[in-house]
Amino acid sequence: MSAPVDMQSPLDLQSPRRRALLQVGAAAAGGVLFGFHAGRAIAESAGRRPADALFAPNAFIRIDTHGSITLIMPQVEMGQGVYTSLAMVLAEELDADFARVVLQAAPPDTKLYANPVFGVQATGNSNSIRAFWIPLRKAGAATRALLLQAAARTWKVDAASLATDRSTVIHQPSGRKLSYGDLAATALAMTMTGAATIPADPPLKHISEFKLIGKPIKRLDAPDKVNGSTRFGIDAMPAGLKFATLAASPVFGGTVQHVDDRAALTVPGVRQVVVLDNLVAVIADHTWAAMRGLAALEITWNEGANATVGQAQIWQQIERASDASGAVAKAVGDADKGLAQGDRHEAVYRLPFLAHAPMEPMNCTVHVRPDGCEIWVGTQVAARTQEIAAKVCQLPTDKVIVHNQLLGGGFGRRLEVDMTEKAVRIAQHVAGPLKVIWSREEDIRQDLYRPMYYDRLTASVSDGRILGWHHRITGSSVMARWLPAAYQKNIDGDAVDSAVDIPYDIANLRIEYVRDEPPAVPTGFWRGVGPNNNVFAIESFFDELAAASHKDPLAFRRDLLQGQPRLRAALDLATSKAGWGTPVTPRPGQSAGVRTGRGVAAQVAFASYIATVAEVEVGPDGEVHVRRIVCAVDSGIVVNPDTVVAQLQGGLIFGLTAALYGSITISKGRVQQGNFNDYRMLRIDQAPAIEVHLIASDESPGGIGETGATAAPPAVVNAIYAATGIRLRQLPIDREILAGRRKA
Amino acid sequence: MITLRINGENRSVDATGDVPLLWALRDLLGLTGTKFGCGIAQCGACTVHLDGKAVRSCVLPISLVGDRAITTIEGVGKTPTGASVQNAWLDLEVVQCGYCQSGQIMSAAALLAETPNPDDDAIDAAMSGNICRCGTYVRIRAAIKRAAKATAATAT
Repeated sequence: MSAPVDMQSPLDLQSPRRRALLQVGAAAAGGVLFGFHAGRAIAESAGRRPADALFAPNAFIRIDTHGSITLIMPQVEMGQGVYTSLAMVLAEELDADFARVVLQAAPPDTKLYANPVFGVQATGNSNSIRAFWIPLRKAGAATRALLLQAAARTWKVDAASLATDRSTVIHQPSGRKLSYGDLAATALAMTMTGAATIPADPPLKHISEFKLIGKPIKRLDAPDKVNGSTRFGIDAMPAGLKFATLAASPVFGGTVQHVDDRAALTVPGVRQVVVLDNLVAVIADHTWAAMRGLAALEITWNEGANATVGQAQIWQQIERASDASGAVAKAVGDADKGLAQGDRHEAVYRLPFLAHAPMEPMNCTVHVRPDGCEIWVGTQVAARTQEIAAKVCQLPTDKVIVHNQLLGGGFGRRLEVDMTEKAVRIAQHVAGPLKVIWSREEDIRQDLYRPMYYDRLTASVSDGRILGWHHRITGSSVMARWLPAAYQKNIDGDAVDSAVDIPYDIANLRIEYVRDEPPAVPTGFWRGVGPNNNVFAIESFFDELAAASHKDPLAFRRDLLQGQPRLRAALDLATSKAGWGTPVTPRPGQSAGVRTGRGVAAQVAFASYIATVAEVEVGPDGEVHVRRIVCAVDSGIVVNPDTVVAQLQGGLIFGLTAALYGSITISKGRVQQGNFNDYRMLRIDQAPAIEVHLIASDESPGGIGETGATAAPPAVVNAIYAATGIRLRQLPIDREILAGRRKA
Repeated sequence: MITLRINGENRSVDATGDVPLLWALRDLLGLTGTKFGCGIAQCGACTVHLDGKAVRSCVLPISLVGDRAITTIEGVGKTPTGASVQNAWLDLEVVQCGYCQSGQIMSAAALLAETPNPDDDAIDAAMSGNICRCGTYVRIRAAIKRAAKATAATAT
């Protein structure tokens, strides 16, 4: 899937007008383009004013004369199913033949395709459906209205006598039919002459009228993914391709001092060694030769100031930083006064650095020419990719062509452009196209890591009520680097997400944020982002408060969710399906000394309401096996229910991997892990049975792609507590503590 | 020149014998459906069949292949087991990002060819060498059982 070639001048549409819902123009490759602006409402609700007052389109529907309908829009497919679900949303209101709807990745263009929440062209924060839900439906409805007017004029009949079905307009009295492809040109001509009216606010279908939305529709990208024909970034094969692999300084911030390349250049297939200030690359006829060549290099690094940085020092620094008061992200009532009453409890929770480790390692294929640059890469940020290449090559951005490929996993890693920047710098020294592939070790050691977090929580409780609540979050601000404009008044809005909007009834609370940048280690967004940390800390602490109050963890939460009927309903459903309150049945053949328990966690994150129950076994050796997870989710109106279930199933596994194994540690300025043998992933033999129960809702859709990742860890540590009485306040779980060999 | 028999065709590769089959397939023969994930036989993304048995092509030098028949994801659909696995994968919507799925399907097809009706332990044993970062394991397990049933139904 590459960038469409006929989109170079979408502004050839009639000039943007205020408040025009649609703009209509001829597509360069034939057919008609209907342009619209997606996501203004969500931008405004997120407190961001769009840059211009004009409603310049940022997504396009193209209807060609053969009747295929293409939706061109900036969201990228990285496994979350968005190509299918957004196609469903469009087809619903347009009454299009879903079998003939195609999705195409938009070319890079920040001005046109900026994500309404971020202000940059990006797919992230689980907001694709939320951003496009209303605009895409309105655009579909308005386009349908224009096609109806075109048919009415063609047949000289009243538009009210017309109906639509699967990309066809039908004149019911006479039974005549015309396809959308036949009518598009007439609709365009009529719009240009003013003979057709673009409705300003077309009526949308009632939820009961949906034909596609809410049905489990098959993924459009699945067939090519099961027969090996899908082209990910790493599969780009432009003619004349050479292959490269690289070594960057193992110490963050180090530089190259000296390279002896004599042995490397004798490796069969090796063509060239490129030495840059902070990395070395070997260019060869195939990747294996490049890898062997790299291994044969003798590289001496200037390790620089970070060469002594170690994990203990980083923990010390973050702990100290959290001693001071932070910026107040939210204050309600008088937290200090509340905390002075009742029984006071305190706890500290810690989370480690994590690498993303998408199954497709970092890679980028680049062809640098004197007058331009061509790039093949799977990225969540196409426009930033184009900008960084233009900057490195000192070219105008329009001389950089980005072919955005499907992503072999994103998880936030591909919101960064470091891989493109490095590949372009290497390719500048090479004639012809070059594919640069990171070894898994480089991929893990040169990541931008999920920040470490240090959360201090204090609460006072009396008779099951929380009188005062204080939560201080300390950690790196990804937002301050990635989108500085969104870092305001020393507060990282993402880092406090799901903490400032804690769902429980608490009259007096204060949420603080302390920014603490670790020495040496770069940080980035990681699936679940801020809520990952906050849901873990809050839901762990809530379990502690329940235990201290001698209350059942479910009852304690329920009583404090009077104002949250959706979350309460999710809690009731998940716990009843999980058999909450009944003993955990021993597994056949379960060995003596195995302790079992259930734990619950509740969350409002990404505008979805989720309750999760985990059932665990803890062995005498401290090994934890998560046997079963039951999850109930109210995600508002669900576009594709099977995709929501799949995202929860997969997200929970992603979260389990973090809870059970995930840890990146630093020694002498270097990452100590390097591959799946020491940066472990959950495998099928450890995967629990997972039940996902969807709650029917007519509320606006919520985000779903990241929710499972945040849901699993607190449910698991709470289950471990239920099984053992041991409270783990740091991830990944410590088996030594659970085996009784170390104190918690 | 080394000759390899891939998906029923003889293909010549101009490379030294130490080159792992993975890179010969991908870089020299353009068969990009087989994926690179770790390079040390830890993730299974590179799984192909040698005479029907699942092997990790990232650690298999082409000099050791000999005259054994190589089947990749591009060819596995022509075998009855491979086709039923691919169909089950589609029926149950297993894929997400899809990157690891070539290897998952190859491992599953090799399992079913040897064990037509695998229980959970057999599935764990055959599939735990394949990592899926998107976490599609629940569906992989169900799809293998579905493919087993479909194959049994065709056979009778």
